[in-house]
Amino acid sequence: MKLTKTLLATTALTVAAGMASADGHMASEMTIVSWGGAYSNSQQQAYHNPYMEKTGVTIINDESSAEAVAKLRAMNEAGNVTWDVVDVVAADAIRLCDEGLAMEIDADEQLAPAPDGTSASDDFGDLLVSDCFIPQIVYSTTFGYRTDMVGDNPPTSVCAVFDTETYPGKRALEKRPINNMEWALLCDGVPKDEVYDVLETEEGQQQALDKLGTIKDDVIWWSAGADTPQLLADGEIVMGSTYNGRLFSVIEEQNQPVAMLWDAQVFDLDGWIIPAGLSDERKARALDYIMFATDTQRLADQAKYISYGPARMSSAPLVGQHAELGIDMAPHMPTDPENAKNTFLYNYEFWADYRDDIDAKFQAWLAQ
Amino acid sequence: MSNGSATTGPDQITGATPDNAMRNADRADSGPMLAADGTTLKSSLNRALRRQKLRALMLIAPLLIFVLLTFIAPIADMLFRSVENQIVSDTLPRTVAALKDWDADGETLPEPATFKALYTDIFIAQERKLHTRLGSRLNYELTGVSSLFRKSGRKVEDMGEVYQDQFEDLNGYWKKGENWNALLGTPAWLEAQNAWEEDSGAAQPAFEPRPEIAAVLPQTTATFEIFADFVQNEDKDNLAKKDPWALVYSALYDDLTAGADVAAYAGPGATELQEAAAAVSGFETVDFPTAFEDIDEDWQSLDVWQTLKVYSPNFTSGYFLNSIDMQKTVDGPALRPENQRFYVMLFMRTLFMSLVITGSCILLGYPVGYILANLPAKTANLLMILVLLPFWTSLLVRTSAWKVMLQQQGVINDTLVWLGIVADDSRLALINNQTGTIIAMTHILLPFMILPLYSVMKTIPPSYVRAAKSLGATNWTAFWRVYFPQSVPGIGAGSILVFILSIGYYITPEIVGGRTGVFISNQIAYHISSSLNWGLAAALGAILLAVVLGLYWTYDKIVGIDNVKLGG
Repeated sequence: MKLTKTLLATTALTVAAGMASADGHMASEMTIVSWGGAYSNSQQQAYHNPYMEKTGVTIINDESSAEAVAKLRAMNEAGNVTWDVVDVVAADAIRLCDEGLAMEIDADEQLAPAPDGTSASDDFGDLLVSDCFIPQIVYSTTFGYRTDMVGDNPPTSVCAVFDTETYPGKRALEKRPINNMEWALLCDGVPKDEVYDVLETEEGQQQALDKLGTIKDDVIWWSAGADTPQLLADGEIVMGSTYNGRLFSVIEEQNQPVAMLWDAQVFDLDGWIIPAGLSDERKARALDYIMFATDTQRLADQAKYISYGPARMSSAPLVGQHAELGIDMAPHMPTDPENAKNTFLYNYEFWADYRDDIDAKFQAWLAQ
Repeated sequence: MSNGSATTGPDQITGATPDNAMRNADRADSGPMLAADGTTLKSSLNRALRRQKLRALMLIAPLLIFVLLTFIAPIADMLFRSVENQIVSDTLPRTVAALKDWDADGETLPEPATFKALYTDIFIAQERKLHTRLGSRLNYELTGVSSLFRKSGRKVEDMGEVYQDQFEDLNGYWKKGENWNALLGTPAWLEAQNAWEEDSGAAQPAFEPRPEIAAVLPQTTATFEIFADFVQNEDKDNLAKKDPWALVYSALYDDLTAGADVAAYAGPGATELQEAAAAVSGFETVDFPTAFEDIDEDWQSLDVWQTLKVYSPNFTSGYFLNSIDMQKTVDGPALRPENQRFYVMLFMRTLFMSLVITGSCILLGYPVGYILANLPAKTANLLMILVLLPFWTSLLVRTSAWKVMLQQQGVINDTLVWLGIVADDSRLALINNQTGTIIAMTHILLPFMILPLYSVMKTIPPSYVRAAKSLGATNWTAFWRVYFPQSVPGIGAGSILVFILSIGYYITPEIVGGRTGVFISNQIAYHISSSLNWGLAAALGAILLAVVLGLYWTYDKIVGIDNVKLGG
């Protein structure tokens, strides 16, 4: 009897609570997926904490961005999507959009305009590379080298990677064709604006692999962004590619004898998507968060904690100093004019088409 | 046994037992023996036994259901993906049907009717946002299909608008969704639809086509039904407020040019329909093959159509062919180009390296097991903790520790250089190659070898070896002829464990294996989480499973699985 009463009371309470939240049309808890480490920390400081303070929502962090596409697909097939907002790189966002796993966003309606009234779609400009993607930062994949291992002749060009005579020692490259194929062609004499035309052909792909073949045994192939910083810090390699923010923390925060080689850095975008198939209240909450977290001031705030450039044009002038080190962040941004003399932009359309094919060839080449 | 009853055979020796009594009772003419409740003793016993069996089954039921649900079912589902290919015929049903009669070996493109079917399919698919998914699927087989479908999905709407614009220019009547609803739907449905309120929570009344108009305009009605079904059930929009797709206009054009008998029709919209029927002959038409060529010239390429045709069946062997370095072509399976073959090599390497790892585990584990089994219990237990300690440390920590040890600026190389054994400029490459994988995996899997060895050796009585020696055997003969054969079941058990575990390992090779020390499981992981080619991952996994089962069967035939012991 007593048990029945308790059960009834609990049920009533739960129903009432459910209705209350349905009235407000927003959930009070949300799961945000990101990359972990220093990057998640910068988001926690710049976005999550102010948002939780403002709205009283609890934000749960999940560090699964590296497997986000596979996991979202599995969740979608199981009909139980537990994530509300997911941080992914642009190429993954395009694939999620293609597979119908991410929600389409109308930038002008669902994102905040710039303080001067410029619409969000103009403020983000070309960086809105997919209908489902809300860009957050511009990062770059570039090289760092050991200053104590290059003598009086520090490298100034990306082709130093292929020059094992001047710069003996191991180098670290990512275990995938993207970026490496471009650099190889560039250093094999292909003009920058023809790289993708060449890479479309069988011969061009072979040419890039042959060029990479000249240093095949001098390369440590990495698959996690933390590998190159560790290898550099241990003196295991003379130079290696990784994300510029990782190199920033090796150089400025850990004071290792490492310097940046910005030449031919490849810009890429990272940002948010909202999974398709959320309930109305969770969708409303996710959109509210996105509107808050991608406004001009918030994007500029993130640059206080990590050296990635904000994706809005209007945020750039607001980038200040590092929150703990107190150094100016602008010269450490990949988009700084001094660093961006020679850059690539990740070619999303090309790699969406050629990724499967070139990857198969690259993996086969690698294994032999 | 009085009055010479029929107890014969073995019963004579055992005498009166319940069994014999039952058998006797069966034989007796006086009818079956009865239990207390009046049923025959036999059925009563059977019932009791059945209840017992059922209870036993109920006791293991949670485990059985758990294993079925969480282990067998997902694996079966994953394996099924390796042949499943319904996505093509689900997304492009009309095109697949139209391609049935097309000769893929020939040099000519499919008929214009196939392009028309493709237009209809892609139009519907892009509304349901399925075309890009199919594009990603086919891009695994032919480079460029991904963007071909994305581009076509964006532009396919323009094709139908040619007709839509002409109908709408002809008469404003065709612009409005409500007119279409009145033209094609039954009056009862129309009334219900117009009365339906979106916020009421009631289900939207499903569209019902009017038979009179369906007879006159069959294609238009069929297309409109697809449209209505999409709006009501997938988009969850109010059909009363929606204007039809451009696709419906092209269907109307087709119906009218095919000579629909509009004169016989007298329902709503009859005058507009007759006006349109008279006008269509003067309409600008769409040539679908050219229109598709304008979108992308790849639609004029035989490769694209051959791929569509080859991958149109619901089940495909394509993934399995891919995993053994072959590919599906119009002429049947063929080897891949030389520079794309590596799965077979990777399978071989996985098997070879697993064997090497198993071998080094035996070499290192056997003496340890022997010492553990022959030391006094107190010391043995202490040493046992050292064997088990790695079990309690995270796999990632252990693997990363090997990185610190083995790299060129690592502990081992530093020590060797300090001792002067190797020169500073020729440090050993112990990691990011096969050596690294073998060292780290041997260490990680060693306990799986030592534990079964130890428990088997523990049961070998020391007196056997002593007896052999007392009969004149040397130490080696006593060990090799007496002790070793008795420890073989432990080696067998340990080898099976280590070999099967290592064949499916992926995290350690990924971290320390570099380029040449990775296994096939790394490719499976890559296709699951990066390339999203789950079909190929499933096929590779299925082959790996088959290889392991095959090896297990061979092992059973040669050594005999009864000779494997995990303990005394």
